Amino acid sequence: MSEGSDSAIRMRGLNKVFRTGLLRRRFVALESLDLEVPRGGIFGFIGHNGAGKTTTIKLLMGLARPTAGTASVLGRPVGDPVALARVGFLPERPYFYDYLTGREFLDFYGRLFTLDEATRRTRATQLLETVKLTEAADTQLRTYSKGMLQRIGVAQALINDPELVVLDEPMSGLDPAGRRLIRNVILDMRDEGRTVFFSSHILSDVEMICQRIGILVRGRLHYTGGVADLLERHVNEVEVRAEVLPDDVAETLAGLTDRVDRHGAQWLMRCGDGEPATRLLARLTELGATIVSVTPLRPSLEDLFVQELDGTRVPTPEVTP
Amino acid sequence: MSRIWAIATNTLREAVRNRILYALLFFAMVPITLSFLLSHLTVGEYHKIIMDVGLSAIALFGVLIAIFVGIGLVNREIERKTIYTIASKPVPRTSIVIGKYAGLVLVLGLLVALMGTAQVLVLLLNGVPFGAGLGIALGMTLLELMVVTAFAVLYSTFTSPTLASFFSLSTYVIGHLTEDIRSFGSASESRFVQELSAAVYWVLPDLEAFNVRMEVVHGVELPLPYLASTAAYGLLYSGLVLAGAALIFHRRDF
Repeated sequence: MSEGSDSAIRMRGLNKVFRTGLLRRRFVALESLDLEVPRGGIFGFIGHNGAGKTTTIKLLMGLARPTAGTASVLGRPVGDPVALARVGFLPERPYFYDYLTGREFLDFYGRLFTLDEATRRTRATQLLETVKLTEAADTQLRTYSKGMLQRIGVAQALINDPELVVLDEPMSGLDPAGRRLIRNVILDMRDEGRTVFFSSHILSDVEMICQRIGILVRGRLHYTGGVADLLERHVNEVEVRAEVLPDDVAETLAGLTDRVDRHGAQWLMRCGDGEPATRLLARLTELGATIVSVTPLRPSLEDLFVQELDGTRVPTPEVTP
Repeated sequence: MSRIWAIATNTLREAVRNRILYALLFFAMVPITLSFLLSHLTVGEYHKIIMDVGLSAIALFGVLIAIFVGIGLVNREIERKTIYTIASKPVPRTSIVIGKYAGLVLVLGLLVALMGTAQVLVLLLNGVPFGAGLGIALGMTLLELMVVTAFAVLYSTFTSPTLASFFSLSTYVIGHLTEDIRSFGSASESRFVQELSAAVYWVLPDLEAFNVRMEVVHGVELPLPYLASTAAYGLLYSGLVLAGAALIFHRRDF
Protein backbone atom coordinates (compact mmCIF):
# COMPACT_ATOMS: atom_id res chain seq x y z
CA MET A 1 0.00 0.00 0.00
CA SER A 2 1.51 3.29 -1.05
CA GLU A 3 1.35 6.39 1.09
CA GLY A 4 -2.01 8.11 0.95
CA SER A 5 -3.78 5.14 -0.58
CA ASP A 6 -6.42 5.45 2.14
CA SER A 7 -7.62 8.63 0.51
CA ALA A 8 -9.28 8.76 -2.88
CA ILE A 9 -8.01 12.23 -3.65
CA ARG A 10 -5.22 14.18 -2.03
CA MET A 11 -4.12 17.68 -3.00
CA ARG A 12 -1.16 19.49 -1.55
CA GLY A 13 -0.55 23.19 -2.11
CA LEU A 14 -2.19 23.08 -5.51
CA ASN A 15 -1.79 26.32 -7.45
CA LYS A 16 -2.97 27.27 -10.89
CA VAL A 17 -2.13 30.57 -12.48
CA PHE A 18 -3.43 31.45 -15.92
CA ARG A 19 -1.83 34.01 -18.19
CA THR A 20 -4.43 35.71 -20.30
CA GLY A 21 -4.47 38.15 -23.16
CA LEU A 22 -1.62 39.77 -25.01
CA LEU A 23 -0.26 41.32 -21.83
CA ARG A 24 -0.11 37.86 -20.22
CA ARG A 25 -1.91 39.14 -17.16
CA ARG A 26 -1.77 36.79 -14.20
CA PHE A 27 -4.99 35.27 -13.02
CA VAL A 28 -4.79 33.08 -9.96
CA ALA A 29 -7.45 30.40 -10.35
CA LEU A 30 -6.37 28.27 -7.40
CA GLU A 31 -4.26 29.18 -4.43
CA SER A 32 -2.48 26.62 -2.25
CA LEU A 33 -5.32 24.16 -2.21
CA ASP A 34 -4.98 21.37 0.36
CA LEU A 35 -7.77 18.88 0.23
CA GLU A 36 -8.21 15.28 1.12
CA VAL A 37 -11.16 13.15 0.08
CA PRO A 38 -11.41 9.86 1.99
CA ARG A 39 -12.38 6.65 0.24
CA GLY A 40 -16.05 5.80 0.25
CA GLY A 41 -18.95 8.20 0.55
CA ILE A 42 -19.98 11.25 -1.37
CA PHE A 43 -17.91 14.41 -1.31
CA GLY A 44 -19.51 17.64 -2.48
CA PHE A 45 -17.27 20.34 -3.86
CA ILE A 46 -19.10 23.63 -3.76
CA GLY A 47 -18.40 27.16 -4.78
CA HIS A 48 -19.86 29.94 -6.87
CA ASN A 49 -19.23 30.15 -10.61
CA GLY A 50 -15.59 30.91 -11.27
CA ALA A 51 -14.43 29.81 -7.82
CA GLY A 52 -12.07 27.29 -9.40
CA LYS A 53 -14.06 24.05 -9.13
CA THR A 54 -13.64 23.04 -12.76
CA THR A 55 -9.97 24.05 -12.71
CA THR A 56 -9.43 21.79 -9.70
CA ILE A 57 -11.16 18.92 -11.46
CA LYS A 58 -9.12 19.45 -14.64
CA LEU A 59 -5.94 19.27 -12.60
CA LEU A 60 -7.16 16.07 -10.96
CA MET A 61 -8.00 14.45 -14.27
CA GLY A 62 -4.68 15.42 -15.85
CA LEU A 63 -6.37 17.72 -18.36
CA ALA A 64 -4.28 20.64 -17.14
CA ARG A 65 -1.05 20.93 -15.19
CA PRO A 66 -0.75 22.75 -11.86
CA THR A 67 1.54 25.76 -11.63
CA ALA A 68 2.69 24.44 -8.26
CA GLY A 69 1.77 21.71 -5.84
CA THR A 70 0.94 18.05 -6.20
CA ALA A 71 -2.14 15.90 -6.31
CA SER A 72 -2.76 12.20 -6.20
CA VAL A 73 -5.73 10.12 -7.21
CA LEU A 74 -6.27 6.67 -5.65
CA GLY A 75 -2.77 6.88 -4.19
CA ARG A 76 -1.09 7.54 -7.52
CA PRO A 77 0.12 10.75 -9.13
CA VAL A 78 -2.34 12.58 -11.35
CA GLY A 79 -2.51 11.25 -14.90
CA ASP A 80 -1.14 7.82 -13.97
CA PRO A 81 -2.85 5.37 -16.34
CA VAL A 82 -3.35 2.78 -13.59
CA ALA A 83 -5.34 5.31 -11.57
CA LEU A 84 -7.21 6.67 -14.59
CA ALA A 85 -8.36 3.15 -15.42
CA ARG A 86 -10.19 3.11 -12.06
CA VAL A 87 -11.71 6.58 -12.33
CA GLY A 88 -14.91 7.66 -14.04
CA PHE A 89 -15.33 11.26 -15.12
CA LEU A 90 -18.16 13.46 -16.32
CA PRO A 91 -17.02 16.89 -17.52
CA GLU A 92 -19.02 20.05 -16.98
CA ARG A 93 -21.67 20.83 -19.61
CA PRO A 94 -20.45 17.89 -21.64
CA TYR A 95 -20.56 17.88 -25.40
CA PHE A 96 -20.55 14.44 -26.82
CA TYR A 97 -20.16 12.84 -30.18
CA ASP A 98 -23.66 13.58 -31.37
CA TYR A 99 -23.39 11.37 -34.44
CA LEU A 100 -23.16 8.29 -32.22
CA THR A 101 -26.12 6.45 -30.79
CA GLY A 102 -26.31 6.00 -27.04
CA ARG A 103 -25.11 2.44 -27.27
CA GLU A 104 -22.26 3.21 -29.71
CA PHE A 105 -21.24 6.06 -27.44
CA LEU A 106 -20.86 3.83 -24.39
CA ASP A 107 -19.15 1.19 -26.50
CA PHE A 108 -16.58 3.72 -27.69
CA TYR A 109 -15.57 4.61 -24.12
CA GLY A 110 -15.49 0.93 -23.22
CA ARG A 111 -12.98 0.45 -26.04
CA LEU A 112 -10.82 3.26 -24.68
CA PHE A 113 -10.62 1.24 -21.46
CA THR A 114 -9.79 -1.84 -23.58
CA LEU A 115 -12.76 -3.77 -22.21
CA ASP A 116 -13.64 -6.87 -24.20
CA GLU A 117 -16.69 -6.86 -26.40
CA ALA A 118 -18.91 -8.99 -24.15
CA THR A 119 -18.20 -6.82 -21.11
CA ARG A 120 -18.83 -3.67 -23.13
CA ARG A 121 -22.16 -4.99 -24.33
CA THR A 122 -23.43 -6.08 -20.90
CA ARG A 123 -22.26 -2.90 -19.16
CA ALA A 124 -23.76 -0.65 -21.83
CA THR A 125 -27.12 -2.39 -21.55
CA GLN A 126 -27.06 -2.21 -17.74
CA LEU A 127 -26.01 1.44 -17.64
CA LEU A 128 -28.61 2.49 -20.20
CA GLU A 129 -31.15 0.88 -17.90
CA THR A 130 -29.70 2.66 -14.82
CA VAL A 131 -30.02 6.09 -16.39
CA LYS A 132 -33.39 5.24 -17.98
CA LEU A 133 -32.26 5.55 -21.58
CA THR A 134 -32.95 2.04 -22.83
CA GLU A 135 -35.54 3.30 -25.26
CA ALA A 136 -33.20 5.91 -26.72
CA ALA A 137 -30.27 3.49 -26.89
CA ASP A 138 -30.22 3.28 -30.66
CA THR A 139 -30.92 6.88 -31.58
CA GLN A 140 -28.17 9.39 -32.26
CA LEU A 141 -27.20 11.74 -29.44
CA ARG A 142 -28.05 14.75 -31.63
CA THR A 143 -31.71 14.06 -30.89
CA TYR A 144 -31.20 13.81 -27.10
CA SER A 145 -32.51 16.48 -24.74
CA LYS A 146 -30.17 18.19 -22.30
CA GLY A 147 -31.25 15.93 -19.47
CA MET A 148 -30.74 12.82 -21.58
CA LEU A 149 -27.24 13.98 -22.54
CA GLN A 150 -26.37 14.52 -18.89
CA ARG A 151 -27.64 11.03 -18.09
CA ILE A 152 -25.71 9.32 -20.90
CA GLY A 153 -22.71 11.27 -19.62
CA VAL A 154 -23.15 9.78 -16.16
CA ALA A 155 -23.48 6.32 -17.74
CA GLN A 156 -20.25 6.94 -19.64
CA ALA A 157 -18.48 7.73 -16.34
CA LEU A 158 -19.42 4.26 -15.05
CA ILE A 159 -18.49 2.13 -18.05
CA ASN A 160 -15.18 1.03 -16.48
CA ASP A 161 -16.76 0.11 -13.13
CA PRO A 162 -14.67 2.83 -11.42
CA GLU A 163 -13.63 3.09 -7.76
CA LEU A 164 -13.75 6.87 -7.90
CA VAL A 165 -16.28 8.88 -9.87
CA VAL A 166 -15.62 12.57 -10.53
CA LEU A 167 -18.64 14.52 -11.70
CA ASP A 168 -18.42 18.20 -12.64
CA GLU A 169 -21.80 19.88 -12.11
CA PRO A 170 -23.84 16.74 -12.81
CA MET A 171 -27.15 18.39 -11.90
CA SER A 172 -26.82 21.72 -13.67
CA GLY A 173 -29.51 22.46 -16.20
CA LEU A 174 -31.70 19.54 -15.20
CA ASP A 175 -35.36 19.61 -14.28
CA PRO A 176 -36.40 18.38 -10.80
CA ALA A 177 -37.11 14.85 -12.03
CA GLY A 178 -33.76 14.71 -13.81
CA ARG A 179 -31.98 15.97 -10.72
CA ARG A 180 -33.64 13.35 -8.59
CA LEU A 181 -32.61 10.61 -11.01
CA ILE A 182 -28.98 11.75 -10.95
CA ARG A 183 -29.13 12.04 -7.14
CA ASN A 184 -30.34 8.48 -6.89
CA VAL A 185 -27.68 7.25 -9.30
CA ILE A 186 -25.04 8.97 -7.16
CA LEU A 187 -26.46 7.38 -4.01
CA ASP A 188 -26.37 3.99 -5.76
CA MET A 189 -22.72 4.58 -6.65
CA ARG A 190 -21.98 5.15 -2.97
CA ASP A 191 -23.89 2.01 -1.97
CA GLU A 192 -21.85 0.04 -4.50
CA GLY A 193 -18.75 1.15 -2.60
CA ARG A 194 -17.54 3.83 -4.97
CA THR A 195 -16.19 7.19 -3.89
CA VAL A 196 -18.05 10.06 -5.50
CA PHE A 197 -16.53 13.51 -5.84
CA PHE A 198 -18.88 16.00 -7.39
CA SER A 199 -18.98 19.73 -7.80
CA SER A 200 -22.17 21.69 -7.68
CA HIS A 201 -23.65 25.02 -6.91
CA ILE A 202 -27.08 23.52 -6.23
CA LEU A 203 -26.60 23.32 -2.51
CA SER A 204 -29.82 21.57 -1.62
CA ASP A 205 -28.65 18.59 -3.66
CA VAL A 206 -25.29 18.63 -1.93
CA GLU A 207 -26.92 18.87 1.49
CA MET A 208 -29.20 15.99 0.67
CA ILE A 209 -26.61 13.42 -0.40
CA CYS A 210 -23.11 14.43 0.75
CA GLN A 211 -21.38 13.34 3.91
CA ARG A 212 -18.44 15.65 3.44
CA ILE A 213 -17.96 18.89 1.58
CA GLY A 214 -15.31 21.34 0.55
CA ILE A 215 -16.19 24.99 0.03
CA LEU A 216 -14.12 26.88 -2.49
CA VAL A 217 -14.23 30.66 -2.48
CA ARG A 218 -12.23 32.57 -5.09
CA GLY A 219 -9.69 29.80 -5.56
CA ARG A 220 -9.19 29.16 -1.84
CA LEU A 221 -10.60 26.39 0.26
CA HIS A 222 -12.73 27.86 3.05
CA TYR A 223 -14.03 24.75 4.69
CA THR A 224 -13.70 21.05 4.45
CA GLY A 225 -15.37 18.57 6.70
CA GLY A 226 -18.72 16.98 7.45
CA VAL A 227 -21.91 18.62 6.26
CA ALA A 228 -23.71 17.76 9.49
CA ASP A 229 -20.90 19.22 11.61
CA LEU A 230 -21.01 22.46 9.71
CA LEU A 231 -24.76 22.78 9.98
CA GLU A 232 -25.00 21.66 13.61
CA ARG A 233 -22.38 24.18 14.55
CA HIS A 234 -24.69 26.89 13.34
CA VAL A 235 -27.82 25.76 15.10
CA ASN A 236 -28.44 28.57 17.54
CA GLU A 237 -32.17 29.15 17.42
CA VAL A 238 -35.21 27.11 18.26
CA GLU A 239 -38.81 27.50 17.23
CA VAL A 240 -41.45 26.87 19.90
CA ARG A 241 -45.06 26.11 19.09
CA ALA A 242 -47.61 26.47 21.87
CA GLU A 243 -51.38 26.57 22.31
CA VAL A 244 -53.85 28.07 24.74
CA LEU A 245 -52.35 31.45 25.45
CA PRO A 246 -53.90 34.84 26.25
CA ASP A 247 -54.18 37.32 23.37
CA ASP A 248 -51.70 39.74 24.93
CA VAL A 249 -49.03 37.05 25.22
CA ALA A 250 -46.62 38.98 22.97
CA GLU A 251 -46.32 41.72 25.61
CA THR A 252 -46.02 39.22 28.44
CA LEU A 253 -43.16 37.44 26.71
CA ALA A 254 -41.29 40.58 25.60
CA GLY A 255 -37.57 40.08 26.27
CA LEU A 256 -37.86 36.32 26.24
CA THR A 257 -38.43 35.82 22.53
CA ASP A 258 -37.39 37.63 19.35
CA ARG A 259 -40.61 37.06 17.53
CA VAL A 260 -44.17 35.95 18.21
CA ASP A 261 -46.58 34.98 15.41
CA ARG A 262 -50.07 33.67 15.61
CA HIS A 263 -51.19 30.90 13.25
CA GLY A 264 -54.83 30.10 14.05
CA ALA A 265 -54.93 28.54 17.48
CA GLN A 266 -51.17 28.14 17.62
CA TRP A 267 -48.44 30.59 18.60
CA LEU A 268 -45.00 30.47 17.05
CA MET A 269 -42.03 31.84 18.93
CA ARG A 270 -38.32 31.98 18.20
CA CYS A 271 -35.47 32.38 20.59
CA GLY A 272 -31.85 31.41 21.09
CA ASP A 273 -31.18 27.81 22.09
CA GLY A 274 -29.98 26.76 25.55
CA GLU A 275 -30.59 29.21 28.40
CA PRO A 276 -33.05 31.56 26.59
CA ALA A 277 -35.13 28.59 25.40
CA THR A 278 -35.26 27.13 28.91
CA ARG A 279 -36.49 30.47 30.32
CA LEU A 280 -39.10 30.85 27.59
CA LEU A 281 -40.46 27.34 28.13
CA ALA A 282 -40.60 27.89 31.92
CA ARG A 283 -42.55 31.11 31.45
CA LEU A 284 -44.95 29.43 28.99
CA THR A 285 -45.59 26.62 31.47
CA GLU A 286 -46.32 29.21 34.17
CA LEU A 287 -48.88 30.77 31.83
CA GLY A 288 -50.53 27.35 31.54
CA ALA A 289 -49.74 26.92 27.84
CA THR A 290 -49.60 23.58 26.07
CA ILE A 291 -46.23 23.17 24.34
CA VAL A 292 -46.83 21.62 20.91
CA SER A 293 -43.24 21.40 19.66
CA VAL A 294 -39.70 22.70 20.06
CA THR A 295 -37.70 22.58 16.82
CA PRO A 296 -34.03 23.52 16.37
CA LEU A 297 -33.72 25.86 13.40
CA ARG A 298 -30.98 24.39 11.27
CA PRO A 299 -29.67 26.79 8.65
CA SER A 300 -29.56 25.37 5.15
CA LEU A 301 -26.22 24.93 3.51
CA GLU A 302 -27.31 27.65 1.17
CA ASP A 303 -27.85 30.11 4.05
CA LEU A 304 -24.39 29.38 5.34
CA PHE A 305 -22.83 29.61 1.93
CA VAL A 306 -24.41 32.96 1.17
CA GLN A 307 -23.39 34.29 4.59
CA GLU A 308 -19.90 33.11 3.91
CA LEU A 309 -19.73 34.85 0.57
CA ASP A 310 -21.07 38.04 2.11
CA GLY A 311 -18.41 37.72 4.75
CA THR A 312 -20.97 38.16 7.51
CA ARG A 313 -20.03 34.90 9.07
CA VAL A 314 -17.08 32.76 8.23
CA PRO A 315 -17.02 29.31 9.78
CA THR A 316 -13.72 28.50 11.38
CA PRO A 317 -11.61 26.96 8.65
CA GLU A 318 -11.15 23.36 9.54
CA VAL A 319 -8.72 21.99 7.04
CA THR A 320 -8.09 18.35 7.73
CA PRO A 321 -4.40 17.66 8.05
CA MET B 1 -3.09 -0.23 -30.25
CA SER B 2 -6.74 -1.09 -29.70
CA ARG B 3 -7.26 2.42 -28.29
CA ILE B 4 -5.72 4.02 -31.38
CA TRP B 5 -7.98 1.85 -33.51
CA ALA B 6 -11.02 2.84 -31.43
CA ILE B 7 -10.27 6.53 -31.96
CA ALA B 8 -9.47 6.01 -35.65
CA THR B 9 -12.70 4.16 -36.39
CA ASN B 10 -14.66 6.70 -34.37
CA THR B 11 -13.14 9.47 -36.52
CA LEU B 12 -14.05 7.56 -39.66
CA ARG B 13 -17.58 7.11 -38.35
CA GLU B 14 -17.89 10.82 -37.62
CA ALA B 15 -16.69 11.73 -41.11
CA VAL B 16 -19.00 9.24 -42.80
CA ARG B 17 -21.99 10.61 -40.86
CA ASN B 18 -21.04 14.20 -41.66
CA ARG B 19 -23.01 15.87 -44.43
CA ILE B 20 -20.26 18.33 -45.33
CA LEU B 21 -18.17 15.45 -46.63
CA TYR B 22 -20.87 14.50 -49.10
CA ALA B 23 -21.21 18.07 -50.29
CA LEU B 24 -17.48 18.25 -51.01
CA LEU B 25 -17.56 14.84 -52.65
CA PHE B 26 -20.42 15.97 -54.87
CA PHE B 27 -18.45 18.98 -56.06
CA ALA B 28 -15.41 16.80 -56.70
CA MET B 29 -17.50 14.52 -58.89
CA VAL B 30 -18.52 17.40 -61.15
CA PRO B 31 -15.15 18.00 -62.85
CA ILE B 32 -14.29 14.29 -62.79
CA THR B 33 -17.45 13.26 -64.61
CA LEU B 34 -17.63 16.28 -66.90
CA SER B 35 -14.01 16.19 -68.02
CA PHE B 36 -15.08 14.73 -71.36
CA LEU B 37 -17.03 17.93 -72.12
CA LEU B 38 -13.82 19.93 -71.77
CA SER B 39 -12.05 17.53 -74.05
CA HIS B 40 -14.47 18.37 -76.86
CA LEU B 41 -13.29 21.96 -76.76
CA THR B 42 -9.85 20.95 -77.88
CA VAL B 43 -8.52 19.47 -81.05
CA GLY B 44 -6.82 16.13 -80.46
CA GLU B 45 -5.23 15.25 -77.09
CA TYR B 46 -8.76 14.15 -76.21
CA HIS B 47 -7.68 11.26 -74.03
CA LYS B 48 -5.02 13.22 -72.23
CA ILE B 49 -7.41 16.01 -71.24
CA ILE B 50 -9.88 13.59 -69.67
CA MET B 51 -7.13 11.89 -67.69
CA ASP B 52 -5.47 15.14 -66.63
CA VAL B 53 -8.63 16.99 -65.55
CA GLY B 54 -9.85 13.97 -63.60
CA LEU B 55 -6.58 13.37 -61.73
CA SER B 56 -6.13 17.08 -61.00
CA ALA B 57 -9.66 17.34 -59.65
CA ILE B 58 -9.05 14.37 -57.36
CA ALA B 59 -5.83 15.96 -56.07
CA LEU B 60 -7.39 19.39 -55.54
CA PHE B 61 -10.60 18.25 -53.87
CA GLY B 62 -8.63 15.73 -51.88
CA VAL B 63 -6.59 18.55 -50.40
CA LEU B 64 -9.66 20.67 -49.68
CA ILE B 65 -11.33 17.74 -47.94
CA ALA B 66 -8.13 16.87 -46.08
CA ILE B 67 -7.81 20.40 -44.76
CA PHE B 68 -11.41 21.31 -43.97
CA VAL B 69 -12.72 17.97 -42.79
CA GLY B 70 -9.42 17.15 -41.10
CA ILE B 71 -9.24 20.38 -39.15
CA GLY B 72 -12.94 20.17 -38.33
CA LEU B 73 -12.56 16.69 -36.89
CA VAL B 74 -9.54 17.56 -34.74
CA ASN B 75 -10.50 21.04 -33.67
CA ARG B 76 -14.05 20.14 -32.79
CA GLU B 77 -12.72 17.71 -30.22
CA ILE B 78 -10.99 20.56 -28.44
CA GLU B 79 -13.59 23.24 -29.02
CA ARG B 80 -16.57 21.12 -28.07
CA LYS B 81 -14.57 19.67 -25.19
CA THR B 82 -15.21 16.07 -26.18
CA ILE B 83 -11.45 15.80 -25.72
CA TYR B 84 -12.06 15.97 -21.94
CA THR B 85 -13.75 12.60 -22.02
CA ILE B 86 -10.92 10.99 -24.02
CA ALA B 87 -7.89 12.64 -22.45
CA SER B 88 -9.16 11.72 -18.98
CA LYS B 89 -9.19 8.02 -19.87
CA PRO B 90 -6.04 5.91 -19.63
CA VAL B 91 -5.21 6.83 -23.22
CA PRO B 92 -1.82 8.45 -23.86
CA ARG B 93 -2.15 11.81 -25.58
CA THR B 94 0.12 10.54 -28.36
CA SER B 95 -2.35 7.73 -29.06
CA ILE B 96 -5.13 10.31 -29.40
CA VAL B 97 -3.15 12.19 -32.05
CA ILE B 98 -2.16 9.02 -33.90
CA GLY B 99 -5.70 7.62 -33.71
CA LYS B 100 -7.18 10.84 -35.00
CA TYR B 101 -4.65 10.98 -37.84
CA ALA B 102 -5.14 7.32 -38.73
CA GLY B 103 -8.89 7.93 -38.88
CA LEU B 104 -8.39 10.86 -41.21
CA VAL B 105 -6.12 8.80 -43.46
CA LEU B 106 -8.82 6.11 -43.58
CA VAL B 107 -11.34 8.76 -44.63
CA LEU B 108 -8.99 10.11 -47.30
CA GLY B 109 -8.17 6.63 -48.57
CA LEU B 110 -11.86 5.94 -48.90
CA LEU B 111 -12.44 9.22 -50.74
CA VAL B 112 -9.53 8.74 -53.14
CA ALA B 113 -10.85 5.24 -53.85
CA LEU B 114 -14.34 6.62 -54.51
CA MET B 115 -13.13 9.44 -56.74
CA GLY B 116 -10.71 7.06 -58.46
CA THR B 117 -13.59 4.68 -59.22
CA ALA B 118 -15.56 7.55 -60.72
CA GLN B 119 -12.53 8.45 -62.82
CA VAL B 120 -12.18 4.85 -64.04
CA LEU B 121 -15.85 4.81 -65.04
CA VAL B 122 -15.45 8.04 -66.98
CA LEU B 123 -12.35 6.66 -68.73
CA LEU B 124 -14.14 3.45 -69.64
CA LEU B 125 -17.21 5.27 -70.96
CA ASN B 126 -15.06 7.49 -73.13
CA GLY B 127 -12.89 4.68 -74.35
CA VAL B 128 -9.72 6.17 -72.90
CA PRO B 129 -6.99 3.57 -72.39
CA PHE B 130 -5.34 3.50 -68.98
CA GLY B 131 -2.89 1.34 -67.08
CA ALA B 132 -1.16 0.96 -63.73
CA GLY B 133 -0.10 4.60 -64.00
CA LEU B 134 -3.55 5.68 -62.86
CA GLY B 135 -3.20 3.70 -59.65
CA ILE B 136 0.26 5.14 -59.08
CA ALA B 137 -1.00 8.69 -59.56
CA LEU B 138 -3.82 8.06 -57.08
CA GLY B 139 -1.41 6.50 -54.59
CA MET B 140 0.90 9.50 -54.85
CA THR B 141 -2.06 11.82 -54.34
CA LEU B 142 -2.96 9.94 -51.17
CA LEU B 143 0.64 10.32 -49.94
CA GLU B 144 0.46 14.05 -50.59
CA LEU B 145 -2.84 14.21 -48.70
CA MET B 146 -1.21 12.37 -45.81
CA VAL B 147 1.49 15.03 -45.56
CA VAL B 148 -1.04 17.87 -45.79
CA THR B 149 -3.28 16.20 -43.19
CA ALA B 150 -0.34 15.80 -40.81
CA PHE B 151 0.15 19.57 -41.06
CA ALA B 152 -3.57 20.18 -40.55
CA VAL B 153 -3.44 18.05 -37.38
CA LEU B 154 -0.31 19.87 -36.21
CA TYR B 155 -1.89 23.30 -36.66
CA SER B 156 -5.13 22.13 -35.03
CA THR B 157 -3.28 21.25 -31.84
CA PHE B 158 -2.45 24.85 -31.06
CA THR B 159 -4.61 27.26 -33.03
CA SER B 160 -8.17 28.05 -34.06
CA PRO B 161 -9.84 26.29 -37.02
CA THR B 162 -9.70 29.44 -39.16
CA LEU B 163 -5.98 29.96 -38.63
CA ALA B 164 -5.29 26.25 -38.92
CA SER B 165 -7.07 26.19 -42.32
CA PHE B 166 -5.11 29.23 -43.45
CA PHE B 167 -1.80 27.73 -42.33
CA SER B 168 -2.61 24.41 -43.97
CA LEU B 169 -3.56 26.00 -47.28
CA SER B 170 -0.39 28.11 -47.15
CA THR B 171 1.69 25.02 -46.45
CA TYR B 172 0.06 23.33 -49.43
CA VAL B 173 0.79 26.23 -51.77
CA ILE B 174 4.36 26.69 -50.52
CA GLY B 175 4.86 22.93 -50.70
CA HIS B 176 4.27 23.11 -54.43
CA LEU B 177 6.77 25.92 -54.83
CA THR B 178 9.70 24.53 -52.84
CA GLU B 179 11.25 22.85 -55.88
CA ASP B 180 11.16 26.17 -57.73
CA ILE B 181 12.69 27.92 -54.74
CA ARG B 182 15.59 25.49 -54.83
CA SER B 183 16.14 25.70 -58.55
CA PHE B 184 16.01 29.51 -58.56
CA GLY B 185 18.29 29.58 -55.52
CA SER B 186 20.87 27.27 -57.06
CA ALA B 187 20.97 29.51 -60.14
CA SER B 188 21.96 32.42 -57.95
CA GLU B 189 25.53 33.76 -57.84
CA SER B 190 25.42 34.24 -54.07
CA ARG B 191 26.48 31.28 -52.00
CA PHE B 192 24.25 32.49 -49.16
CA VAL B 193 21.15 32.46 -51.37
CA GLN B 194 22.10 29.01 -52.61
CA GLU B 195 22.43 27.60 -49.11
CA LEU B 196 19.33 29.36 -47.84
CA SER B 197 17.15 28.06 -50.66
CA ALA B 198 18.57 24.58 -50.12
CA ALA B 199 17.75 24.81 -46.40
CA VAL B 200 14.22 26.01 -47.13
CA TYR B 201 13.83 23.11 -49.53
CA TRP B 202 14.88 20.58 -46.94
CA VAL B 203 12.69 21.96 -44.14
CA LEU B 204 9.50 22.57 -46.10
CA PRO B 205 7.68 19.68 -47.74
CA ASP B 206 8.20 19.17 -51.45
CA LEU B 207 4.64 18.34 -52.46
CA GLU B 208 5.43 18.63 -56.16
CA ALA B 209 7.34 15.36 -55.76
CA PHE B 210 4.00 13.57 -55.44
CA ASN B 211 2.70 15.07 -58.67
CA VAL B 212 3.25 12.36 -61.26
CA ARG B 213 0.15 13.28 -63.27
CA MET B 214 2.06 14.63 -66.29
CA GLU B 215 4.06 11.41 -66.57
CA VAL B 216 0.92 9.32 -66.22
CA VAL B 217 -1.03 11.40 -68.73
CA HIS B 218 1.76 11.11 -71.28
CA GLY B 219 2.35 7.47 -70.54
CA VAL B 220 5.90 8.06 -69.32
CA GLU B 221 7.33 5.14 -67.35
CA LEU B 222 8.02 6.08 -63.69
CA PRO B 223 11.19 4.50 -62.31
CA LEU B 224 10.56 2.32 -59.29
CA PRO B 225 13.38 3.82 -57.17
CA TYR B 226 11.77 7.25 -57.64
CA LEU B 227 8.38 5.95 -56.51
CA ALA B 228 9.88 4.11 -53.55
CA SER B 229 11.93 7.07 -52.35
CA THR B 230 9.00 9.45 -52.79
CA ALA B 231 6.74 7.14 -50.81
CA ALA B 232 9.37 6.86 -48.07
CA TYR B 233 9.73 10.63 -48.11
CA GLY B 234 5.98 11.12 -47.73
CA LEU B 235 5.66 8.65 -44.86
CA LEU B 236 8.72 9.96 -43.04
CA TYR B 237 7.66 13.58 -43.43
CA SER B 238 4.13 12.84 -42.20
CA GLY B 239 5.60 10.94 -39.25
CA LEU B 240 7.84 13.86 -38.27
CA VAL B 241 5.05 16.42 -38.49
CA LEU B 242 2.78 14.12 -36.51
CA ALA B 243 5.46 13.70 -33.85
CA GLY B 244 5.52 17.49 -33.53
CA ALA B 245 1.73 17.52 -33.20
CA ALA B 246 1.90 14.81 -30.53
CA LEU B 247 4.53 16.77 -28.61
CA ILE B 248 2.42 19.93 -28.55
CA PHE B 249 -0.71 17.96 -27.72
CA HIS B 250 1.09 16.20 -24.91
CA ARG B 251 2.17 19.44 -23.28
CA ARG B 252 -0.94 21.53 -23.66
CA ASP B 253 -3.65 22.28 -21.11
CA PHE B 254 -7.28 21.85 -22.02
